[in-house]
Amino acid sequence: MSGNNDTSIRTPLGRARGSGSARDGVGHWWWQRVSAVALLPLCIYFIWNAPFFLPPVHDYPNLIVTLANPIMSLALIFGILAGFYHAAVGVQVIIEDYVHGENLKIVMLLLNKIAFAALGITALYAVIYISFALFGQTPLM
Amino acid sequence: MKNTTNRPLSPHLQVYRPQLTSMTSIMHRITGFGLALGAVAATWWLGSVMLGAGAYETFYTFFASKTGQLLLFGWLWALVYHLLNGVRHLFWDMAIGVNIKSAYATGWLIVFGSMAISAALWIFRLQGYYG
Repeated sequence: MSGNNDTSIRTPLGRARGSGSARDGVGHWWWQRVSAVALLPLCIYFIWNAPFFLPPVHDYPNLIVTLANPIMSLALIFGILAGFYHAAVGVQVIIEDYVHGENLKIVMLLLNKIAFAALGITALYAVIYISFALFGQTPLM
Repeated sequence: MKNTTNRPLSPHLQVYRPQLTSMTSIMHRITGFGLALGAVAATWWLGSVMLGAGAYETFYTFFASKTGQLLLFGWLWALVYHLLNGVRHLFWDMAIGVNIKSAYATGWLIVFGSMAISAALWIFRLQGYYG
C-alpha cells in the first residue's frame, strides 16, 4: 500500500519512519482476553467467599487463617496476576484513547505500568507472607 | 506531535442519542476503571493484614463505615456487571450474537442481571446467610 496519498491513515511520522507496525499490535488484545477467561471462575470464587471475611465481619485471627489456606492463597496469587495485568492493560487503553498530548501520554503509560507492577508485587508478597507465617496451621476449608 | 492526517475519530459521546448498546459499552469502561481503583483497595487490604492486627484496624474502620460499605457494594456491582458484560464481549469476539436483536436482549439481561445478583448477594449477607 502506498503511503504517500492523501487517503492514508498513517501519520507523517509513521510515514517518515517507514518501518510499519511493531507486529505485536494484537498482543495486548489477546492477553486481555486470556486474563479475562482466567478471571471468570476466580472472581466468582472471590465474590462468593468475600462476605465471610470482609468488613463488617471483624475477626482478624479467622481472617489470616482464611487467607493462609492454600486454596485461597493460590486463588489470590492467580487472581492478582491475572487481575492486575487485566487492569493495567485496561487502563492503558483508556489512557491511549483519551490522553492526546504525546508527552503526557508517554508519562501516564509509564506511571500506569509502574503503579500496577508495584501494587501487584505488594499484593503478591502480602499473600505469600501471610501464607508462610501460618505454615502448617491452616486446615483445608 | 500534531496529527495532520484525516484519521477516523471515535464517536463523540455528547452528539449521539444515548442507546442501550453505547451505554453498556461505556459502562464497561467505567466499571473497569472503578475496578482498577479497587485493585488499590485490595492491595491496601492484603498489605494491612500482612502488617498485623493494628494496621488491619485502620483498613477495617474505613470499610466498616457507611462510606466504606457503599464503596464495597459499588465494587460488587461493578465486578458483576463487568463479568457479565465481559462474557458478552467474549461471545462477540467469537462472532456469536453480533446483531441488533441479541445485543439488546443481552444488554438488558446484563443491566438488570448485574443489579439483581449484586443486590441478592448483599441482602443474603445482611440477612446473615453467611453466618
